[in-house]
Amino acid sequence: MHPGGSATRGTEGAILILTNIDSVPGRRIVQHFGLVQGSTIRAKHFGRDFAASLKNIVGGELKGYTELLQESRAEATSRMVAQAQDLGANAVINVRFTTSSIAQGASEILAYGTAIVVE
Amino acid sequence: MSTELLISIGLPVLLIVIGRVVGSRIERNHYKSIVERESRFRSQPALSTKESGFPGPVRSASLATGSVVISVDHFKRFLSGFRMFFGGELRSYSSLIDRARREAVLRMKESQPDAHAYINTRLETSTISSTSGNEGIGTIEVLAYGTAVHYDRAP
Repeated sequence: MHPGGSATRGTEGAILILTNIDSVPGRRIVQHFGLVQGSTIRAKHFGRDFAASLKNIVGGELKGYTELLQESRAEATSRMVAQAQDLGANAVINVRFTTSSIAQGASEILAYGTAIVVE
Repeated sequence: MSTELLISIGLPVLLIVIGRVVGSRIERNHYKSIVERESRFRSQPALSTKESGFPGPVRSASLATGSVVISVDHFKRFLSGFRMFFGGELRSYSSLIDRARREAVLRMKESQPDAHAYINTRLETSTISSTSGNEGIGTIEVLAYGTAVHYDRAP
């Protein structure tokens, strides 16, 4: 699976256009619905944390964490997409991602954007 | 008593030596793979602007993301301990962040490998906190995301 490859698929399986610019290139915006957002808070589990602490000795990529954060980002994105679909939108523009740590070992991932209808 | 002393000094030193040897090999191999993959994507640039400057009509646009979590080895963490005492640039951490950023951009491109350009590319860095206190120092996540654009005909 490509990282973030499932990001454009919503809960109902319909394809929704996502961009992080002010428009969908080549399409005209018909209607604005305003801000939509999706977030998730995830904690690391013990097994991954232990494997990561061993990997910490030699440095390099911590694949367990990379996957964990990719999963949570896909989850946050699909929640945002579900919200947009409820409004009747077929695209979300100006998508932004932020990460913040809530507590030791837990972080929140937020995806937000503007829901619109394009031709 | 002396075996205790040996363990309490020997173990950190062993970890530092392992970190130095294995860590620098991992870094070398990683840079080799980064350079190789970057040359493959040379004709599909990641731009930080919202326009690519290409006049033709756009066939499709979609969000592309790529992320990586990377950490420093024990040797570099040990070196940075000294550096933090005297101040100045933490050179050993610069290569870590550089690798992570370039890897994230490459993964973004690889998630949609047939796009002609990636516009409005943004890079976000966040530190990953660990449950075990200081161990978390030097673990970062880099996220690269942008809009992958396909033109009707190749630029």
